[in-house]
Amino acid sequence: MTTSALEELSITESFYESLFEVEEGERIRTCLQCATCSGVCPFGYLMEYPPGKMISMMRANLFDKVLDSESVWMCISCYACTEVCPKKIPLTPGLMTRVKEELLLAGNIPSELQSALEFSQRYGNPLGESPKKRADWIRGVTPPIPLMKEIARPVDILWFVGDYPSYHPRIQQTSRAFANILNALDIDFGILGREESSDGDSQRLAGEKGLFEILAEKNGKVFENYQFNEIVTTDPHAYNAIKNEYPKLGISYPVRHYSEFLFERLEQIKPLLVNEVNAKVAYHDPCYLGRVNGIYDPPRELIKAIPGIDLVEMSHNRETSLCCGGGGGGMWLDGYQWERAHVRLSEWRVREAVSSGAEILAVACPYEPPRFEDAAKMVQGASTLNIKDVIELLAVSIGE
Amino acid sequence: MNIVVIEKLVPDLVEELEISDTGTSLDMEWLRLIINEFDDHALEQAILIKESSDAHITVISPQFEGVDDILFTAISKGADRVIKLAGDFENDLNSHALARTLSNIVKEINPDLVLTGVQANNDLDGSVGPLLSEYLGIPYVGYVAGVSIENENVKVRKEYPGGLGAEMLVTMPALLGIQAAESPPRYVAISKIRQAMKTAEIVEMDVSDLDTSGGPPVNRMYLPESGERATMIEGDEEQVAARLIEIFKELDVL
Repeated sequence: MTTSALEELSITESFYESLFEVEEGERIRTCLQCATCSGVCPFGYLMEYPPGKMISMMRANLFDKVLDSESVWMCISCYACTEVCPKKIPLTPGLMTRVKEELLLAGNIPSELQSALEFSQRYGNPLGESPKKRADWIRGVTPPIPLMKEIARPVDILWFVGDYPSYHPRIQQTSRAFANILNALDIDFGILGREESSDGDSQRLAGEKGLFEILAEKNGKVFENYQFNEIVTTDPHAYNAIKNEYPKLGISYPVRHYSEFLFERLEQIKPLLVNEVNAKVAYHDPCYLGRVNGIYDPPRELIKAIPGIDLVEMSHNRETSLCCGGGGGGMWLDGYQWERAHVRLSEWRVREAVSSGAEILAVACPYEPPRFEDAAKMVQGASTLNIKDVIELLAVSIGE
Repeated sequence: MNIVVIEKLVPDLVEELEISDTGTSLDMEWLRLIINEFDDHALEQAILIKESSDAHITVISPQFEGVDDILFTAISKGADRVIKLAGDFENDLNSHALARTLSNIVKEINPDLVLTGVQANNDLDGSVGPLLSEYLGIPYVGYVAGVSIENENVKVRKEYPGGLGAEMLVTMPALLGIQAAESPPRYVAISKIRQAMKTAEIVEMDVSDLDTSGGPPVNRMYLPESGERATMIEGDEEQVAARLIEIFKELDVL
């Protein structure tokens, strides 16, 4: 064997072995090369090396070519591939994320994403907003939202708000609506405000493991300062991070997504739903709530409890739900992906919503409202489609 | 080839600026500092030179909050040696003082090229580059957007207003005020910076006697005040948009 062939062997081999460190990672050895993953991947047709082909390149000892290619940045970590793999290979965390990590270490990342990562590190949020303004959204909300530092007492629920729900004007509306619901249910809660940092999950999936660890550690230290029974979050990405990833760093707290939390209290909520919402509603399963964490029914039950609503299903739903395109760094790869695809996943999804006859597209993840609202402006027949978080529908029905 | 890069930390404009009680300077207490963007480009340009030809890079920065982070980042991008100018710069470090202090240190290093950002947002008494080059007695070219080494000389592309550009051959040693590196400052993974923090060392040089003469006497520092001809439109997006449409109609442009 020549020296260069030996070197090639070690790049492929060392990467291959690193995959086994991911939970169930060794299953990659059992790949059948059935190409279901590459087929179901929403942007698979644009990737030089979709998941299945990456594996075949590894087996052919040509993995350095994969690392030279940029097409992995078309991956939005939607878990569609992981969901359908007949050998249950953890493709998203155990392959796609790892490839992104390698490219990132080599400094090879799209500039949009670079900014988001640099902002996350400097300001604790990917939007580049001042950390001091993280709780500005609570101004004027009555009754006032309790800040853990100010109230200085234990609470029942620590509400982990998240980046977009704190800073993005559209999703601040959802945050205020959730506060209304919590008050209507007399829940004893508090938020961290300025002390909160990004959950880090999307940054982790975009390949910045070191950044994720810093953010998680920061949050972990703040959690330690306060007493609460559980964490509730309105963000499936924060939910995924705190539930599945933080414990690996020794940060372990009971956590639930708002849909589970409210579903548990459905009998308490029903009598409060006084206003009718007369509309056909299609519910979009967020990737990190549905496919990744198996929560499909609680949001649907909450929607069905609202008087007047006719819940319809889109052609892709539950495990086959079509990603909005925001996760895994996708929120900050929009320009990059648009240049190559000339179509946005959010537009596909909005088209499905229109076909289903829905008047309202219900969502449960903070990335979705701005993505679907923008898509609705572009898609024919979608100009009257309303995008609402399930929280907002409940709040409207409760009134106030 | 021996290269020195001068970096400094400047107010981060993401935070709101406040004037201190004296009314003549910024309130530093709540200020966040960020690397001067042009200095970041200077470092990137130095790294690019190192990647194409053999070079040793020394990065020097005065001690402000966050200096360790930027120096370790420089190491993880490829700098060989990093120096922190230790001292109490509470009363701000004007460009004259910084240039004087640097000139002694840079003379000792005796580099072929000194790169620094062409300007910084807090340069009240001019940029460090030209001042330092004068104290060192070496040529200075500013607004440089491209650098290549040609034997004993360095070829620079200088930007002029009006879209004009010039290519010049400069003898070394020389000091370049960098406007833009040939490619944007690269990303470096956090894990690499953390690694640098464990393995690399920051050399500390004490600079206690600062000669701050030449600095500007500030009579008053204040935030921009809205003039009388400006009308600030209040309200949420809907209200502002409605008012704007009214105004456009009044002015007959809509």
